[in-house]
Amino acid sequence: MTPNSETELAEAITAAQGPLHVQGGGTRDIGAPVAGQVLSTAGLSGVTLYEPGALTLVAKAGTPLTEIEALLAAEGQRLPFEPMDHRPLLGTTGTPTIGGVVAANVSGPRRIQVGAARDFALGVRFVDGTGQVLKNGGRVMKNVTGYDLVKLMAGSWGTLGVLSEVSLKVGAIPETEATLVARGLEDDAAVAALSAALGSPFDVSGAAHLDAGANGGQSETRVRIEGLAGSVAYRAARLGEGVCKGWELVEAATSAALWLEVRDVGSLQTKPGNIWRFSLKPSDAPGMAEAIRRAHPEAACVFDWGGGLLWVSGPEGADLRPKGLKGHATLVRAARETRERLAVFQPESTPIAAITAGLRHKFDPRGILNPGLMGG
Amino acid sequence: MQMPQPDASILARKDRLVAQLQAILPEGCVIYDERETKAYECDALSVYRCPPLCAVLPETTEQVAAVMKLCHAEGVPVVPRGAGTSLAGGALPTADSVILGVARMNDVLDTDYPNRVIKVQTGRTNLSVTGAVEEDGFFYAPDPSSQLACAIAGNIAMNSGGAHCLKYGVTTNNLMGVTMVMADGEIVEIGGAHLDAGGLDLLGLICGSEGQLGIVTEATLRILAKPEGARPVLIGYDTNEIAGQCVSDIIKSGILPVAIEFMDRPCIRATEAFAGAGYPDCEALLIIEVEGSEAEIQDQLDRIITIARRHNPVELRESGSEEESARIWLGRKSAFGAMGQINDYMCLDGTIPVSELPLVLRRIGEMSQEYGLDVGNVFHAGDGNMHPLILFDANKPGDLEKCEAFGADILKLCVEVGGCLTGEHGVGVEKRDLMGAQYTDADLEVQLGVKDVFDPKWLLNPAKVFPLSTTEGRRA
Repeated sequence: MTPNSETELAEAITAAQGPLHVQGGGTRDIGAPVAGQVLSTAGLSGVTLYEPGALTLVAKAGTPLTEIEALLAAEGQRLPFEPMDHRPLLGTTGTPTIGGVVAANVSGPRRIQVGAARDFALGVRFVDGTGQVLKNGGRVMKNVTGYDLVKLMAGSWGTLGVLSEVSLKVGAIPETEATLVARGLEDDAAVAALSAALGSPFDVSGAAHLDAGANGGQSETRVRIEGLAGSVAYRAARLGEGVCKGWELVEAATSAALWLEVRDVGSLQTKPGNIWRFSLKPSDAPGMAEAIRRAHPEAACVFDWGGGLLWVSGPEGADLRPKGLKGHATLVRAARETRERLAVFQPESTPIAAITAGLRHKFDPRGILNPGLMGG
Repeated sequence: MQMPQPDASILARKDRLVAQLQAILPEGCVIYDERETKAYECDALSVYRCPPLCAVLPETTEQVAAVMKLCHAEGVPVVPRGAGTSLAGGALPTADSVILGVARMNDVLDTDYPNRVIKVQTGRTNLSVTGAVEEDGFFYAPDPSSQLACAIAGNIAMNSGGAHCLKYGVTTNNLMGVTMVMADGEIVEIGGAHLDAGGLDLLGLICGSEGQLGIVTEATLRILAKPEGARPVLIGYDTNEIAGQCVSDIIKSGILPVAIEFMDRPCIRATEAFAGAGYPDCEALLIIEVEGSEAEIQDQLDRIITIARRHNPVELRESGSEEESARIWLGRKSAFGAMGQINDYMCLDGTIPVSELPLVLRRIGEMSQEYGLDVGNVFHAGDGNMHPLILFDANKPGDLEKCEAFGADILKLCVEVGGCLTGEHGVGVEKRDLMGAQYTDADLEVQLGVKDVFDPKWLLNPAKVFPLSTTEGRRA
């Protein structure tokens, strides 16, 4: 089903007799496999409002991301949270949509500096599991009127409702960027350097480390700065005198290419097996990577967000999550059988699982929206 | 403004409930004497007052849990309280409620610079979070103007903002984890020193839920490295339209100031009389601050000034020193005090799309004439968060009611032009009955459903946020 309006979307959900597999462009095939009729939002397309002077954009959920990015770029703006493109990693095809970005809370390297998709989502319109059209938030940057269901909807993967429209805060494309690069650092030294850079006043907008396994035999550590040309030169020099002493400086397009690779986890795309995504305290990341490599010597790791985001390639079917993980892990890429067997999303503690189940029941009492996708 | 009738059976049980609370809390943690409970009869929205049944000041999360368990079993409403600085009546009690204050829980539990987080008990004041890390070059970004007094607990409950959120975001963008006591006394952990949620974003839901979903006792907050420096420029214009256009052009140019503050003529005149900051007597005044190294600051200010000059300012004053910066900020920082000097005032908090600024200011001016009440506007222009201050005389019969009606009209106007009722103060009791202007019954019902999940007996701050008629069947 591909409804062409919010009203048609509501009618489709109201009339549904069984589970629905809710999709935007279908490029982020993550989660437990969902049996059910495909309900696509691709028919709900178009930017309904764009005010560059107010940094605000409102678009229907099925609007292709490329369309939004092109519109923004024409005004020197962008989506600051740098949403990753999952297609190369997952081997999917199709057209990523803005609704999918919000529904999956998809961010990139700049999340560490400016926030995630959820932080840029100002408002949503959606249809709940009973077919009701609902809204929350709006199109202004500060809004505490009632509960923040915008955050709840962001990252709910279509399990609470089907997004029909989203409002976003956008930002300016900076004049230029530069990256400081070090090679051959061990994980713990790299994460310590990234922490020091992020703890400096120099407004670091990317902090990543690719281990030797991910980077063709030699590790690479990267620190990005963006802004006015004079400011970028100044901050690069100051970092180069301090925590990034002796690191190579790469600029502009060369720098941008490095971060496109980090954003889309390019260095793990061709690795066989599963891809895991850990969100954890940055200083815990080297130990986690070490423990995983001890059990699975072929595992390769990409550290983003200064270590707070750890991407790991591992063997098919092995659960890499340690007991008592402080943080959470998602099995982003795996064979269907594995995703049927292992919890794709981090299993929750009993009281949290109860709240989650209670919320799902309120939003989707028939349990028809992407049932089971997030587990529980 | 109406509050529910207190439950007579709870009032009759006061002595027994106090004894039960005393049995589970250390000595001196239960306040029940009527002379003392008066201290908890209101928050900063002091036109509404009602002493609670009693107030408790637990010292640990476990004690909070014990209180909640007891109140849950006894069916007694609980009104959480941080520092009591809410401008929306978020901590206003009812006569049958227990005030649960976190003021005695104000320790720093962990400071972690490599991971750029601090874990605190939520009774700690906003400014003292920064105070705990500033010697090491860090700060906590959200800076509500009450930051000297307000508690992190209240900041989380209201999702507080501040003058610098254009760059750094509001509380929800800087909150990473909480320890929360549920309505039935269960203690849960949500989030931590890592980013984003592994499942549904419950942290995002709790932040801004006005103490209706649980009592947050500990919080993990993001801290940031302090910038090398900051400097403002003051720009005056003849019309609000031109000032609004200047703000829009600066934002469009790609410069990201940390603050863009706006004051209108009534407010400028009041602050001049009060603080004498040397502001020009013009229609609209902007204070724009940028951060960075000295060279970076100069570069950004030069660009801002170039844009500002295109709109023919009547005054343009670039700060060249710390003294000059302080002088530029002096008037803005004393604006509320200055208005308070003239009369009682009600501070509104609607947010509008920045492009609607001239229209909304013009309409507020017209309404001011119609109602016969003066109003000054001072607000965060970069994000459209307005703070009209309506002056009234609390001792004059009918003036408060007139002021409330005027305020309601302004907020409805904010919604009409695409904005919202409250940008950073919260709904509380103040805007509760206006929720229908922004949300349909179905929009509200789904929010009520969220509270049903967290607090099925509706005992936590039950008479807030939603119109009483919508919650009647749910409240005990």
